[in-house]
Amino acid sequence: MAEIVLDHVVKRYPDGALAVDDFNLEIADGEFIILVGPSGCGKSTTLNMVAGLEDITQGELRIDGKVVNDKAPKDRDIAMVFQSYALYPHMTVGENMAFPLVLAGVDKSTINEKVGEAAEMLELTHHLDRKPANLSGGQRQRVAMGRAIVRSPKAFLMDEPLSNLDAKLRVQMRTQVSRIQKSLGTTTLYVTHDQVEAMTLGDRVVVMRGGIVQQVGSPTELYERPRNLFVAGFIGSPSMNFLPAQVEGDSLQTGLGSLRMPDRIRQAVDQSSSREVIVGIRPEHFEDNALVGDKAGSTVEVTVDLVESMGSDVFAYFTVRGDAATSGDLADLAADAGQDMHGEGTQVNARLDPASRVSAGGQSTLWVDTAKIHVFDAESGQNLTLEAHEPTPAATA
Amino acid sequence: MSATTTQPGPGRSEAEDEAARIARQRHNEGIRAERRFGLMLCAPAVIVMAAVTAYPIAYAVYLSFMRADLRNPSDREFVGLDNYITILSSPYWWNAFFVTSFITVVGAALQLVLGMALAIVMHRTIVGRGLVRTSALVPYAIVTVVAAFSWRFAWSQGIGWLAGPDSAPLTERWPSLFIILLSEVWKTIPFMALLLMAGLALVPEDLLKAASMDGANAWQRFIKVTVPLMKPAILVALLFRVMDSFRIFDNIFVLTSGANDTSSVSVLAYNNLIRGLNLGIGSAMAVLIFLTIAIVAFVFIKGFGTAAPGADGGR
Amino acid sequence: MAATNTLETPRRKLYWGAVNAVVLIYAFVPVIWIVSLSLKSDGELNNGRYMTTSPTFEAYQQIFSNDDFTRALINSIGICLISTFLALLIGTSAAYAIARLQFPGKKAIVGASLLVAMFPQIALVTPLFSITVAIGIFDTWLGLIIPYITFALPLAIYTLSAFFREIPWELEKAAKMDGATPYQAFRKVIAPLAMPGVFTTAILVFINCWNDFLFALSLTTSTDARTVPAALSYFQGATTFEKPTQAIAAAAVIITIPIVIFVLFFQRRIVAGLTSGAVKG
Repeated sequence: MAEIVLDHVVKRYPDGALAVDDFNLEIADGEFIILVGPSGCGKSTTLNMVAGLEDITQGELRIDGKVVNDKAPKDRDIAMVFQSYALYPHMTVGENMAFPLVLAGVDKSTINEKVGEAAEMLELTHHLDRKPANLSGGQRQRVAMGRAIVRSPKAFLMDEPLSNLDAKLRVQMRTQVSRIQKSLGTTTLYVTHDQVEAMTLGDRVVVMRGGIVQQVGSPTELYERPRNLFVAGFIGSPSMNFLPAQVEGDSLQTGLGSLRMPDRIRQAVDQSSSREVIVGIRPEHFEDNALVGDKAGSTVEVTVDLVESMGSDVFAYFTVRGDAATSGDLADLAADAGQDMHGEGTQVNARLDPASRVSAGGQSTLWVDTAKIHVFDAESGQNLTLEAHEPTPAATA
Repeated sequence: MSATTTQPGPGRSEAEDEAARIARQRHNEGIRAERRFGLMLCAPAVIVMAAVTAYPIAYAVYLSFMRADLRNPSDREFVGLDNYITILSSPYWWNAFFVTSFITVVGAALQLVLGMALAIVMHRTIVGRGLVRTSALVPYAIVTVVAAFSWRFAWSQGIGWLAGPDSAPLTERWPSLFIILLSEVWKTIPFMALLLMAGLALVPEDLLKAASMDGANAWQRFIKVTVPLMKPAILVALLFRVMDSFRIFDNIFVLTSGANDTSSVSVLAYNNLIRGLNLGIGSAMAVLIFLTIAIVAFVFIKGFGTAAPGADGGR
Repeated sequence: MAATNTLETPRRKLYWGAVNAVVLIYAFVPVIWIVSLSLKSDGELNNGRYMTTSPTFEAYQQIFSNDDFTRALINSIGICLISTFLALLIGTSAAYAIARLQFPGKKAIVGASLLVAMFPQIALVTPLFSITVAIGIFDTWLGLIIPYITFALPLAIYTLSAFFREIPWELEKAAKMDGATPYQAFRKVIAPLAMPGVFTTAILVFINCWNDFLFALSLTTSTDARTVPAALSYFQGATTFEKPTQAIAAAAVIITIPIVIFVLFFQRRIVAGLTSGAVKG
């Protein structure tokens, strides 16, 4: 178990391409850190640098206070779980899990004991004599975990360990990974492109984009106080709705209608000179006006295109005419999500109470919780309203 | 919160240059070591192949411009293109060239059609797939000379189960050529079929299902979906077979020894070299065969865009 | 060939059964014929029947008491084994480099070995003849082993590099993370995974050497190094009047059977080897 420090770490390829720029992070002993971002954001490169599988161009990597930049992977005492699991096909499950111990010259009885323990924890006891080829995806994943666990390393590195599993199994394994990490208390660095994994697993989440850290914080903090458009759009599912807007006095003129800013938001926005902004509204900050009563906020009239009733929630989709919000951050997000269809206007998603009676094709009046909206500078993508949102107690890590 | 987003500050570009320099240096060291190691590992193979082919072929070119007859070793002298002129004006050469081309072209066509049929059977059969795939390898495993003997005896008068009482097909030109063709095709269909089967396996099943939903019948699916997708595999297989067929020697040597105008260019060259000990003429023939094969390969690779196997060479 | 017609109705089974039968006839008729011929007695030889009715092993006794044949058999086995071993030794290192490392001239090496694979062997007969005579290895094992290695190398390099590319090299990384030194990663993880490919390649290379006729015929003059395929062609000219048909057939069977058994036994691997080397090199 260890504390890992990345101090101004830079990865630059010889052709000049910058994969990771000035990465700073102190990982406390036992902490579960998630590196998240779209593909190509440098998260796997960062992990490989910690593993020792890639050189660090500049900066220092310290494990327990010792600089390990030039140490070989085997001398760093770190275990890694690969996306493809990287199980040795010619070895049985038991041999796979024992391999790191065999290499370390541990005696037979200790190996058997440790492998047995790990197998029990991962429910692999009955499969120890099988070859990886005869295992299901979930079992293989568990063997990969087992191989990392047996040697009680200083830290676990996990490179998208769940992304090859189907959706249901992924949820199941996610909780298992979390439980194992909690019970072992081993420092863990976990790479994923799935923001749901990031939100559910991590003590802290590092959001990366284009080799640069965008924000570090607890899941709640990232969710409630995203520093910029990219983080706002990346974290949260379904994701935040973005609409271009002009600031006029105390209200925001959007394609949805006029939204009156509460004082805190207004003060924050007035600190900046920008009048062209992007408003971000999370789906759950809409509500069917009929169910709200007289809480503070704004109401808007929309024509609902589609209603999805999920039982616990109702999702209403509608289109806002006019130009869509544009920015580099949003373009990156759309590309990552594979959205390249640009219809007329902006699709907006509202998450309503199941009691709502909104129906597709009909006019509906929706309420917007304007105290929760985010206002971003259209130019830089920075969140102008960061100060307006109180950090919840849990977010102050 | 220890992490911060990058703030561009003074001195940053210098640090960047330094970083790039270090990266380049480390990378270059790595690359140099990898290059050295790669070349070292390949060296023995390259040396052996070069020593056994490059030097001899140069020597063959040299001999082809000489009068060189082992029965008259003292009479060796430079004769320029005389050997080539002799060969290219000789009806024997052109006959052998025709025989070789005939066997190559007709053989390749037959191998393609029959090989495709065999590939489809191996790929699609619903009963005894293992048995079929295994048995189909038998002709591949049989030594060419043995197969040739089997066919020769089968048509030997009196002995053979295929020979009529009064016929001796191996003493007549065209019957002989067809028997040579049969022997050659019999032996090489499995290899062709295996290459084609690998190509067949690359055609996604869903695509064929989609085509059949679109109203294509079995033949249309084969011609309009399977074959176009298999084109690279077909071209590589054809290239292999054409190159190999053009060198045909064993079958003809055993079946007819080249009698009755059934010599291939290789048999003719062999007879001049080893039996006739006329190194000059034999070498010139060898050079001509080499050139022909090189041209055919060039046409395949440049003309039809056949991927040279292993040419991608990358990771 | 129909993607949708995969229903296993009795009629379709019967249809495919008939098709399979055609394949079996195609594959086995010439083979059974030569076996049958090798078992025929002199009296039966000229009846022209496909199957022998009174099999006898005389021909086999005859060839095994013939020193020329046993000598040729030993030559064949020895020369092919040594050639295979050396070709694999050289080919494996080259194939590893081609599959795994970046270095200048890689494409040239791959291209050159393609050239060698397509080389008309006849073009080498004269120069090799002269050279082997000149350096005194004509009509020796070495005189055949050298060209065999050369022509086995392209095959070995293609097949092996295709196999090597298939190895999940992430395992090497995994081994390093598990605490292995580079040597341990190679010996405990990569080598065991590469072995099947090496073994398959060995079979293919061996078959190629075993099959050779032209070099065996041209680069030998005596039984010192003559291999069986070449020796077979000399059987016939022994005496003009008595053609030892059954003896040739028996010898043919002897050199065929081991290979056929070998191929049938390792069918899957051989198919993988032949196709991986050629289709996606």
